[in-house]
Amino acid sequence: MIRNIFESAKIALQALWAHKLRSILTTLGIMIGVMTVVGIFSIIQGLNSGFIDLISGLGSDVLYIDRYSWVMEGQEWWEVRGRQRITLDQYQYIQNHSRLASLVIPQVGTGSSVSRREHSLEGVQVIGTNEHGLGTGFGPQNIEEGRFLSPIDVERRRMVAVIGDRIAETLFPDIDPLGERITVGRDRFLVIGVLEHQGNALGNDFDTNVYIPYGAFLKAFGAWRSYTIAVKVRDPEQMEDARIELTGLMRTARRLKPREEKDFAINNQEMLLNFYNNITRGLWAAAIGIGGISLLVGGIGIMNIMLVSVTERTKEIGIRKALGAARWHVMTQFLIESMTVCSLGVIIGMGLAAALAVGIDNATPLPTSISLSWAGLGIGFVVVIGVIFGLWPANRAAKLNPIDALRYE
Amino acid sequence: MLIELTEISKTYDLGKEKVHALRGIDLSIQRNEYIAIMGPSGSGKSTLMNIIGCLDVPTEGAYNLEDVSVHSMTDNQLAAIRNKKIGFVFQTFNLLPRANALHNVELPLIYSGLSKRERREMAEYSLVSVGLGDRMKHKPAELSGGQRQRVAIARALVNNPSILLADEPTGNLDSETGREIMSLLTKLHEHGNTIILVTHEREVAEHANRVVHILDGMINEDTITRNGMKAAEA
Repeated sequence: MIRNIFESAKIALQALWAHKLRSILTTLGIMIGVMTVVGIFSIIQGLNSGFIDLISGLGSDVLYIDRYSWVMEGQEWWEVRGRQRITLDQYQYIQNHSRLASLVIPQVGTGSSVSRREHSLEGVQVIGTNEHGLGTGFGPQNIEEGRFLSPIDVERRRMVAVIGDRIAETLFPDIDPLGERITVGRDRFLVIGVLEHQGNALGNDFDTNVYIPYGAFLKAFGAWRSYTIAVKVRDPEQMEDARIELTGLMRTARRLKPREEKDFAINNQEMLLNFYNNITRGLWAAAIGIGGISLLVGGIGIMNIMLVSVTERTKEIGIRKALGAARWHVMTQFLIESMTVCSLGVIIGMGLAAALAVGIDNATPLPTSISLSWAGLGIGFVVVIGVIFGLWPANRAAKLNPIDALRYE
Repeated sequence: MLIELTEISKTYDLGKEKVHALRGIDLSIQRNEYIAIMGPSGSGKSTLMNIIGCLDVPTEGAYNLEDVSVHSMTDNQLAAIRNKKIGFVFQTFNLLPRANALHNVELPLIYSGLSKRERREMAEYSLVSVGLGDRMKHKPAELSGGQRQRVAIARALVNNPSILLADEPTGNLDSETGREIMSLLTKLHEHGNTIILVTHEREVAEHANRVVHILDGMINEDTITRNGMKAAEA
């Protein structure tokens, strides 16, 4: 049996080699289909790992009180645009009254620029926070050099800054940044720490962040911005209780009447995950749709060429049958041939998809990933398409009457 | 009895009319006979050959091959009989053009499920016995007509069949090569093979020991030739 399969594969390869151009054209459809499916597959896998990088900074035990929900929850933009900002008073209120929180961290940010003498960097993110500011947010978690903001820096609204790795490199190409002064926006800040290199995720550069005390932020950039209050919950089992507690506290702090709708949102990592999964579900559907259609077209191409092959080799089939080939011998020979044609397309398609993935990875911020599971996917394609579309031609060959087949010229 | 045909009829239904290719053939062939089936085209001799060769089944009648009734067998059962008991030699050789001589001869053995080593040994032996030991790796296009027919004979013999069925084996050969092939068949007969020759040429038929004439789907004449007489006397 195995021996016969091997023989048949050899015969099939010889037949394919005899018609090189035809074989390539036939497999074009399969090639494109496989490329589409595998390409999108690798983009989704890449997105997954990128997204996990991005949200891994958001602790699953942290709730973020924000003016708006991170994910649209059925409201229209105009319904929520009039919401009052979240203020430092509200932060203080949560700080003083929450019993389920272990840390309460104010966060306020703006895009700005930094400079020192002739060096400058545009598009940096300035974040006003307190001494726990690294505990929950995106980006780097460790200090490379110096220290993070201290309670005293925060309390006294000191004009001090902890800068990202890339800012340090750009502004201080040749000297140690610690103890030096830089200009953030229009104010001068003393550099007290440099953050560890973090890299970027999905186009977000974490190495151009500047952390300053929220009081200093107030002085430098004004008090009109809305804050985010990050609340680390003491017991991860009590996330729902904490959400209820915070909702109550915020309603009180914002003086909402009992009938009034809440005008703030309590966000967490899980919401983003759900949102993300919804988006990728769409991508999957697209991949399956486009890939399915091209594989169908490719499969019909294979069926067509197999029918031609069966007709061309009617005489050969007659000879084989006269010499004692049973139906299943002929059937397997042609099924293996169609799977061989198919694997040709799958292999080339996968090669193209790999090239595409590497290209996308290099040319865009979208990460892609190539993985071993492709091999399994490929074998699946070959077997399913090769067999489904080879079945009819192979059956036709197997059922040929030996006398008619022998007489065929 | 090797072959026993009883009341064999074959009718082709062409819709409006029915064509009676064979109308009640009774024929018995013994082991190690050398028999020629003769007849003009349209006489039904091809149909008879197809039925004897198990390529086709009769519409009516019984066919026993080595006491096994094959007239009601399925496609796959017939394939197995062709594989084990019948060796075909065709007018047009019917070799696979892309395969070399050795592989062509190995083909029936592939379908018998023999191992590569056994196949190779038997095929080489068979090719040597028809005098082609030095042409095994040649493809049909690289061989002369006579050599191709020898490859076909080697292929027909490789499975030690009960019958060698030769359909106009010299039809595509020049007379000199034709004579060579006929003397090869005679030699095979002398070595104990049963040979059934289908031809319309009297000269070719004379090599056989017995000649059966077919006309309009019936046996017209069944005679022992001079060769056969000599054989009987000896």
